[in-house]
Amino acid sequence: MENLSGGDILIRALKDAGVKDVWGYPGGAALHIYDALYRQDDVFHILVRHEQAAVHAADGFSRATGKVGTALVTSGPGATNAITGIATAYMDSIPLVVISGQVPLSKIGQDAFQETDMVGVSRPIVKHSFLVTRAEDIAETIAKAYYIASTGRPGPVVVDIPKDVTDPSYKVPYHWPTETKMRSYQPTDKGHRGQIKRAVKTLIEAKRPVIYAGGGIVIGNAAPHLIALAQKLNFPVTNTLMGLGGYPSTDRQNLGMLGMHGTYEANTAMHHADVIFAIGARFDDRVTNDLEKFCPMATIIHVDVDPTTVSKNIEAHIPIVGTCTSVLVEMMSIAEQMDIEPDAKALAEWWQQIDQWRADKGLYTASRYEPSVGNLIKPQDVIKMLYKVTDGKAIVTSDVGQHQMFAAQYYRFDKPRTWINSGGLGTMGFGLPAAMGCKRAFPDTDVACVTGEGSIQMCIQELSTCTQHNLPVKIINLNNAALGMVRQWQDMNYSSRYSESVYEDSLPDFVKLAEAYGHVGMKITHIDELEEKMRECFAMKDRTVFMDICVDRSEHVYPMQMPGGSMRDLWLNKTERT
Amino acid sequence: MKRIISILMENESGALSRVVGLFSQRGYNIDTLTVAPTDDDTLSRLTLTTNGDDQMAEQIVKQLHKLIDTIKVVDLTEGPHIERELMLVKIKASDSDSRAELKNCVEIFRGHIIDVTPTTYTVQLAGDSDKLNAFIEAVSQIGIMEVSRSGVTGISRGDKFIRIN
Repeated sequence: MENLSGGDILIRALKDAGVKDVWGYPGGAALHIYDALYRQDDVFHILVRHEQAAVHAADGFSRATGKVGTALVTSGPGATNAITGIATAYMDSIPLVVISGQVPLSKIGQDAFQETDMVGVSRPIVKHSFLVTRAEDIAETIAKAYYIASTGRPGPVVVDIPKDVTDPSYKVPYHWPTETKMRSYQPTDKGHRGQIKRAVKTLIEAKRPVIYAGGGIVIGNAAPHLIALAQKLNFPVTNTLMGLGGYPSTDRQNLGMLGMHGTYEANTAMHHADVIFAIGARFDDRVTNDLEKFCPMATIIHVDVDPTTVSKNIEAHIPIVGTCTSVLVEMMSIAEQMDIEPDAKALAEWWQQIDQWRADKGLYTASRYEPSVGNLIKPQDVIKMLYKVTDGKAIVTSDVGQHQMFAAQYYRFDKPRTWINSGGLGTMGFGLPAAMGCKRAFPDTDVACVTGEGSIQMCIQELSTCTQHNLPVKIINLNNAALGMVRQWQDMNYSSRYSESVYEDSLPDFVKLAEAYGHVGMKITHIDELEEKMRECFAMKDRTVFMDICVDRSEHVYPMQMPGGSMRDLWLNKTERT
Repeated sequence: MKRIISILMENESGALSRVVGLFSQRGYNIDTLTVAPTDDDTLSRLTLTTNGDDQMAEQIVKQLHKLIDTIKVVDLTEGPHIERELMLVKIKASDSDSRAELKNCVEIFRGHIIDVTPTTYTVQLAGDSDKLNAFIEAVSQIGIMEVSRSGVTGISRGDKFIRIN
C-alpha cells in the first residue's frame, strides 16, 4: 500500500470517486490541497472568481449530467461564500460534495485567522457534513460523502478538512473502500407493494385524473417511465417548475407548468381533479396556493423518496415512499396485469373539458399578451425566439425573476436536464455559473443563460472564468432596467410604489463589459433585429456572447395565482381574472 | 399532547447539534432533552419531550430519522412505556418546623435527602414529570432555593426494546 499525505489522499480519493472536475478557489487553509492538485493530472480544477459561483457551477454540472458536482473552497470567507450555493443545491435536492479547508485542529475554537465553524454554519442546509480530524479518515469520508450525496433524496454534503490533516510531511497508507455501508443510513428504494397496488387501482378508476410531476422525475431519471405510464393511461400531466422536461412539454398530454405562474389549463385541471397523482413533487407553497382551498375533490396519491415530504403540506390518501423510477416501473407492471380498464368515456369527457380550457385561456393555443412592436420588445417573444433559434435543443439555465418564469413558460422543454434553474431557494446569480457547469459537461451543446440585468450582476465576475476556461455560453439578458418581479408585485400590491427596484442611470454598458472580458457583446433594441442577431450569436460556437436585449418594462408574468385563493384563482392579464 | 421521543444515534461529534438544530429549524419545541452513551459506546441514546398533534409528531419522527446520524427513532408515547426524570432540589430548612415538614414530604414522595446544612436540605427525587411537579408544588411554601431536573428519559414496557442488530 502506498503512503500518501492527506492532500494527496484527498485528490486520489476524488479520482476514485469518479470526479473529473473540481470548481474552486484557493486560500490559506486549502493550500496543501491545492499543491496536491498541482502535482497530478487526473482531477481538473476550474478556477472561478467567487466561491458562490464554484458551488453553482458544480450544481449546474450535476443538474445537467446527473453526476455529483464537486466544489473546493478555503476556510472562513471561502466557506461562507459557498453557503448560498449549498443552500441552493439543498432546496432543489442536487447532489454535491463541497470540500472546505479549515484552520488547523489546534487552532479550532481560537478565533484563528479565517476561521469559521463550517459544519455549524452549513448544518441546516446540508444533507450531511463531516469534519475530518485524521489523514487516515479522508478516503473513507470522501467515499461516504459521495454515497450520501447521490443516494436517497440527493443533496449537498460538506467535508471540512483542517489544514494539518492535509500536511504534506505526514504520510499514511491510502485505502479506497470497495463498498460504502452505513448502519445509520439506508435510504428506501422500493415502495410498499400493497400501497402501489392501491394507487394503480385508484388511478385506473379515476374519472378526472391529473399527474403532478415534480423535480424528482428529473433527478431520479424517471422520465421514460413517467411517459410510458402516462401514455398508457392517457392521463394529463402537469410539471412543476423543477419538473419541466420530465415529460415532453410539446406532447398533447402535457398541460404545462402548474402553480403560481402555471397555465390556466394545468391549474384549473388540478382544481377539478378527482385523483391527483403527485410524483417526485412536494406540494410547495408556490404550487398549492392556499392549502385550505387546495383541490377539494381530489384523492391524493403521493410518491416521494423522502418520507418527510409525504403528507408534510397536504395529507396523502395513498402515501408511497420510494424512488420515482422503482415505483413507476412497479406501477406499470401492476397496471398491465390488472383486469380493470380505465373509464374511456369519463376520460374522453375530461379531455374534452381540458381542451376547452386550453382553447379558452390556454397559454399555447393563442398569444395571451400584446405583441412586440418596434422598440417595444416583449420578453416572452425573446424566449420564443430563443426556442426557435436553438430548435428547442439548448440547455437553458436561468436566474431568478420574471425572465425565469417567461423561460419556464415559453421554452418548451422536451427533455429532462435541459432546464436548469434555482427553483426552491430562488437564487439570483445562479444562471451564469450554472451555465458554465453545463457547458463544461456538454461542450457541443448550446447553453443559454436566460437572465435579467438584476440577476446577472450578482455573479457577473464569472465572465472572466468563461474567458480563462473557454466556456462559450450565451447570455440572454432580458434587460428591462428594473427588478421585474419586484416591480410586478409593487404594481399589484403596493400601488406601483417602486421602492428600490430601479437603477436610474447606473446600469453598465453590457456590450462594453462583455468586450472587456474578451467576449462578444450585442445590444438589441428593436424586435426586427432579434432573430438575425440571435442566430448570429448562436453561430459563434466558440465565443461567449452577451446579448443585452431591451424589453418592455411594464410587462407582467401571467397567469398569476391570487394570494389566498385556490389553484384556479388566477389573474390572466392585468385586467382579466378567473 | 406530550410526546416522549427516543433516538439511538451515532456517538459522534455534531450529532447532538443536528438533532437540536432540526427542532429550531422546523419550529418544533423541545421541553426536555437528555443524552448519554449506551452500553455500546459507539451509540448515544437521546430522549426528548415535545408537544404536538399526531401529524406534527409524525413529521418530527420522520425528520429525525432523516438525519444521517440517527439509527432508530421511536415515539414512546405511542405505546405503553415508563417515564422517569431525576430532580435535585435545594430547599430552605432553617427551623425545626420546616425541617420536619420537609422530611415528611420527602417520605410521602419517596425521595431522599442527600445533603444537609444547618439551613438547607437537598432532596433527590425520581419519577414521572407529574410527580416531580407535584413535589415542587408541595414544598414551594417552605422555600425552594434551586431546582435541577435531568429531563425525561423513558423505555417501553414489556418485551419491546430499541437496539440495533
